[in-house]
Amino acid sequence: MADLSINPHQGRLEGQLGALAFTFMTSWAHVSSAAVEKGELVVRIGREHLLGFLTTLRDDPRYRFEQLMDLCGVDWPQRVERFDVVYNLLSVTYNRRIRVIVTTSESAPVPSVHHLWPCATWWERECYDLFGVMFSGQPDMRRILTDNGFEGHPLRKDFPLSGYEEVRYDVERRQVVKEPVSLTQDFRDFDFVSPWEGMLTLPGDEKAHEVRQGMKRGI
Amino acid sequence: MVHSHDKAFLEDAQALVRDDIPQSLLPESVAEAQEHRVVEIDSHALNFGPQHPSAHGVLRLVLEMEGEVVARAVPHIGLLHRGTEKLIEYKTYQKALPYFDRLDYVSPMCEEQAFALATEKLLGIDIPERAKWLRVLFAEITRILNHILNLTAMGLDCGAVTPALWGYEEREKLLEFYEAASGARFHANYFRPGGVARDVPAGLEDRIGLWAREFPKWIDDLEGLLTENRIWKQRTVGIGVFSSEQALAWGFSGPCLRASGVPWDLRRNQPYDNYHKVEFNVPVARQGDCYDRYLVRVAEMRESLRIIEQCLDQIRPGPVKVQDPSSARHPERK
Repeated sequence: MADLSINPHQGRLEGQLGALAFTFMTSWAHVSSAAVEKGELVVRIGREHLLGFLTTLRDDPRYRFEQLMDLCGVDWPQRVERFDVVYNLLSVTYNRRIRVIVTTSESAPVPSVHHLWPCATWWERECYDLFGVMFSGQPDMRRILTDNGFEGHPLRKDFPLSGYEEVRYDVERRQVVKEPVSLTQDFRDFDFVSPWEGMLTLPGDEKAHEVRQGMKRGI
Repeated sequence: MVHSHDKAFLEDAQALVRDDIPQSLLPESVAEAQEHRVVEIDSHALNFGPQHPSAHGVLRLVLEMEGEVVARAVPHIGLLHRGTEKLIEYKTYQKALPYFDRLDYVSPMCEEQAFALATEKLLGIDIPERAKWLRVLFAEITRILNHILNLTAMGLDCGAVTPALWGYEEREKLLEFYEAASGARFHANYFRPGGVARDVPAGLEDRIGLWAREFPKWIDDLEGLLTENRIWKQRTVGIGVFSSEQALAWGFSGPCLRASGVPWDLRRNQPYDNYHKVEFNVPVARQGDCYDRYLVRVAEMRESLRIIEQCLDQIRPGPVKVQDPSSARHPERK
């Protein structure tokens, strides 16, 4: 019986991943960084070299990342190329994972990987729907999650949580209508600032405070 | 039918009839002739859902049928998408957790576990031993809950009603354990980053142990109803076949991947919490059809019982949350 008291997976894996990261850094000219971050192998590469790299990762007998487990976007609005597209691959042969990250902007397309993994189509549609990332070579670039006729890309950081439009059934017109969002109470954002640490106006006390400070004349 | 002696009259009439005259004002014979011209209806495209009792969730499919066989299906998903990622942008880690119950309401605690594990990895937290055992215990209870619903609902779709009736009784027993531990039957909010919400009440471990000894009988009964049932096999063997290569390319995981002949189990290959401290077998099937997926899930329920028993053997009293409030505290946004 194997020793079950320690997790046998961790230590062995870290060394392998470190070696892989070194291989990618030295043998792939276009890999901009490869490192083990929190025990996970992360590789960043330019998007024009993405397809060749992923094909190698899938087909090379040294890597054999057979599965695309996830494809998703990340929005960094302060950057020029504001989006990351993240590919999470899994090798069931070697029991390893790798994360490949490319960057892109709102207009520059990322090459589609649906030829390599057919499951990528839905994820690319999702990424397009929620972030507005374009994928070149993807024949089915429809929205997938949002409503018919939806505008905008809701997972962008500059898209408000409550959205712009709301949908309801209008009894008189007997149809579903879209209207601008109207909130019955203001959007509440709790900042948890302690009243004992530099907070002068207590929530709900703003009017009285203004009067006390002489900023507003009492009625 | 237009009679032949009317034909000459009809042609005259049609020459006179203008397009904008409403149907109801036309002479009867003319209206009938116009109706005969409209023939193009594709009766083989069906709309399925979005609300349909056998759709298991809100899913709309546009189906192109060739007789009884679905030739093509255009799925419209997203009707249950609630923007969880957007919502938790505005929440702390602890507040975000209950959303994960709602992602898959058939295996709520496992969804919580994924989020809690990710949060703990990012924050570098190691949780107490008893919390790990409780998580493994309830993750396996959740797996059984999920498999019962999967198998018996599959039975319902094939015309077998009895397994569902029996299965719901067992599910209620398991949901009582959920309720005892967390206070809720489905949306448990029990696994938290840093441990579990609270310790289980006294005596619950014994009740789970008692149930785990009785449950194999139920699995035998289920198998007695289905496994060698001729109708069941006719409707599942060779249906929905995925080869190993297809299963890998399409990103299969869990029992579906194992039913296609790939011996890969996350609990075994990349163990989390305390899965490296329990022994269990990984059932694998070869054909990758519906029947194999059924067999794998049945075998997995038996393995889950083994894991539950080992959990109950090895679990010891102790803290169930990270004690240090500075590391368990959720960081504030901004």
